[in-house]
Amino acid sequence: MQDFARLFTALDQSTKTTVKVAALAEFFRTAEDADKLWCVALFSGRRPRRVITTTTLREWAAERAGIPLWLFEESYPVVGDLAETISLVLPPPDRTDDRPLNHWIARLAELSMAGEAERKSGILAAWDGMERTERLLFTKLLTGGFRLGVSQKLMTRALAQATGRDEAELTHRLMGAWTPGSVTWESLIEASDPTADLSRPYPFYLAYQREETDDLGPASDWFAERKWDGIRGQLVLRGGEHHLWSRGEELMTDRFPEFARLRDWLPPGTVIDGEVLAFAGERPLPFNALQKRIGRKTVPKKLLEESPVILMAYDLLEEHGTDIRPLPFTERRARLAALVATVPADAPVRLSADVSAEDWDVLAATRAESRDHAAEGLMLKRRSSPYLSGRKKGDWWKWKVDPLTIDAVMIYAQSGSGRRANLFTDFTFAVRDGADLVPFTKAYSGLTDAEFRQITAWVRKNTLQRFGPVRQVTPEHVFEIAFEGIQESPRHKSGVALRFPRMARWRRDKPASEINTLSDLREMLATYG
Amino acid sequence: MSVLTFTDRGIYCPAGDFHIDPWRPADRALITHAHSDHARWGMGRYLATPRTAAVMRHRLGEIEVSTIPYGETRRIDGARVSFHPAGHVPGSAQIRVEVGGEVWVVSGDYKTAEDGLSEPFEPVRCHAFVSECTFGLPVFNWTPLEALRAEINGWWAANAAAGRPSILGAYSLGKAQRLLTDLDPSIGPILTHSAVENVNEVLRAEGIALPDTIRLAPDMTAKDHPGAMILAPPSALGGAWPKGFRGASTAFASGWMALRGVRRRRAADRGFVVSDHADWEGLNAAIAATGAERIFVTHGYTSVFRRWLETRGYDAAVVETDYEGESLDAAAESGAEAGSGDGAGARGGTGDTAA
Repeated sequence: MQDFARLFTALDQSTKTTVKVAALAEFFRTAEDADKLWCVALFSGRRPRRVITTTTLREWAAERAGIPLWLFEESYPVVGDLAETISLVLPPPDRTDDRPLNHWIARLAELSMAGEAERKSGILAAWDGMERTERLLFTKLLTGGFRLGVSQKLMTRALAQATGRDEAELTHRLMGAWTPGSVTWESLIEASDPTADLSRPYPFYLAYQREETDDLGPASDWFAERKWDGIRGQLVLRGGEHHLWSRGEELMTDRFPEFARLRDWLPPGTVIDGEVLAFAGERPLPFNALQKRIGRKTVPKKLLEESPVILMAYDLLEEHGTDIRPLPFTERRARLAALVATVPADAPVRLSADVSAEDWDVLAATRAESRDHAAEGLMLKRRSSPYLSGRKKGDWWKWKVDPLTIDAVMIYAQSGSGRRANLFTDFTFAVRDGADLVPFTKAYSGLTDAEFRQITAWVRKNTLQRFGPVRQVTPEHVFEIAFEGIQESPRHKSGVALRFPRMARWRRDKPASEINTLSDLREMLATYG
Repeated sequence: MSVLTFTDRGIYCPAGDFHIDPWRPADRALITHAHSDHARWGMGRYLATPRTAAVMRHRLGEIEVSTIPYGETRRIDGARVSFHPAGHVPGSAQIRVEVGGEVWVVSGDYKTAEDGLSEPFEPVRCHAFVSECTFGLPVFNWTPLEALRAEINGWWAANAAAGRPSILGAYSLGKAQRLLTDLDPSIGPILTHSAVENVNEVLRAEGIALPDTIRLAPDMTAKDHPGAMILAPPSALGGAWPKGFRGASTAFASGWMALRGVRRRRAADRGFVVSDHADWEGLNAAIAATGAERIFVTHGYTSVFRRWLETRGYDAAVVETDYEGESLDAAAESGAEAGSGDGAGARGGTGDTAA
């Protein structure tokens, strides 16, 4: 654990990407294979199985620290991170222990089989032999949520540096359903065939957003399609099986059983990039229809009928088992169109419509009517572009419609967690309804750190009432709330739910008396809902 | 009658007709230490230790201040008072007040661990103890001095080797000087911001030995002093540095740096856990050593700490004061403070007001 703790300290102490990459690369060059594998796993969102509940963990930590549980609980929100709180309250170690990361993970697996008493003594003994950073990391393994300011991208870059392999190839190798138990360092990183794993998806190509198209050259260089508002997904058909992956590399196959039928028509060795949409009557259903499907691992028949899904196909990445990502987009698209044409009309796949035009003004007009099509805007793809991995500038762009906005007043504030634990960052906003203020949305993002600090200082001085962690504040500060969509929601007091709400601007120029009203919101619902 | 009472002006002794660290004008003020939330302008007469008096004269200008050495008992009307080292900054004192055989002690700010510069904290037996609790939560446990020195000097040496200046943000009274004594001058020259150097001069004149320092001048660049360490008040870290110091590595020295979230939010490369306030163990040890049964907590995580003291069998109460403890938000203007709940240490004083 000491090596891994040293790595963590180096990562944590620097804000410079180059320094972080160098520290990770050094670890990948020097650590033993099992530790390297776990390092890759942890920084790509793979975690050991939970051994104990956090409730139990809190009790044990408080007991070891010799403090009452309530005092531990009072300390936790100040620190903002459970594992860190535990690492800070425990007494100093009584020995050092140089066993590596993989030992502790194996030990956790052992303990998960053991009875409660043995688990407790095992974990307390582990804590006793670790200094603070080791404890923090070990406890993070116990609590899950191994988010430590290192992105998978950064880790992959370091891996490329350390192994001399291509970053895109490594990104591909790290996709999919592997766990450190199912692979070896050799098979994951060094073995010759990266598609050996039949379920393995390709890294998604992600687009940046842009507001203007002035510098994109002639419109005829660009393919345009609607930017659908569902879940980006990749359908992998190989060896008679199918797998559906989300952009977050989550396997969604079982949640959307409709796609199993596609095996009847699409040949093995096919990989399609598209958007999973709840879809009926040749039109996407509102996003909350899809939302109902996302949360469920098994889907009742009624829900399948109410909220059927399709794959809106964008791109073809693999054809007859061949990776065709290097081909120009128009060529891939033509092959995709040909493929989708072989599938019956009632099958759950559609070709995303081509709305290209020779003229930017025509495209702008098409974009402007996006909301009528339940789309978020347009996607622009350079006709000659290969399918790249990750978020890259240049060939693909999101050209979204302007968000809807409404001016609202802040009425509740709550502190954030983790890095934002000591700041008020989670706010509830209200619109006016006659003499009343009606809460209608929460928002967490959109302000700068300096603005969050200012508003935090203000919240402390203007708290009217506390409800646990939530503070009711004087309704004084007005914010412009931007959002992508609005839906009816009987669960909310205001009767509406917003999609992607965020603070677009702090309207210091506007008094709370001039905010929008509930009837303004209802009007938006009637127009865009 | 109570030995001390708590008024909206400050802590008051009726028998002696004086205040301790008042925050509004009072005729006679006994001052624990020279930080500006404890030693304020506008009192008729001040009484303080010689070192505190020297800094107060420097900071407050024309004031009427008499001095009292540690340990000497003085009678003020019906009260007997004496000053005892608080270990917070050079010259800082706890003030012992005895009236009719009953003893109360006001801690001011204090720390129990020695810092190599301040007169070490001395427990004083008493019936009632008025304590700060800036870091009164069990998550605050300071790095031992030797390890701390190794961390800071390691950082400095690595920067010096890479040709980068190091800028360390610390309060200009107390923390900057104790850090001076922690630094290893063989690594490179030590430059000081004026706010720090002014205090250095006062303390040197009071007979405190500090390492050699060079006062920063507007036209100075890092090239003139390769491998330099620059000590500056935290508020100066956020500001623009002259061109000659671009590319410097920056760090804060504060007790709040014990928290990863706070460390990461500071716009500095490093955070060193250094405080002139007692940590959790220190607070508990200090309180136990007084033998007091009644404890008044003045600033910090007061309501949590009071509840903790009650579970330990003390008769504890929270006293509202205007003391600020260790300001979390060094960059000042925004006044972020640590802690939710009944919160906390700092009410966003400007960088150097309180420590």
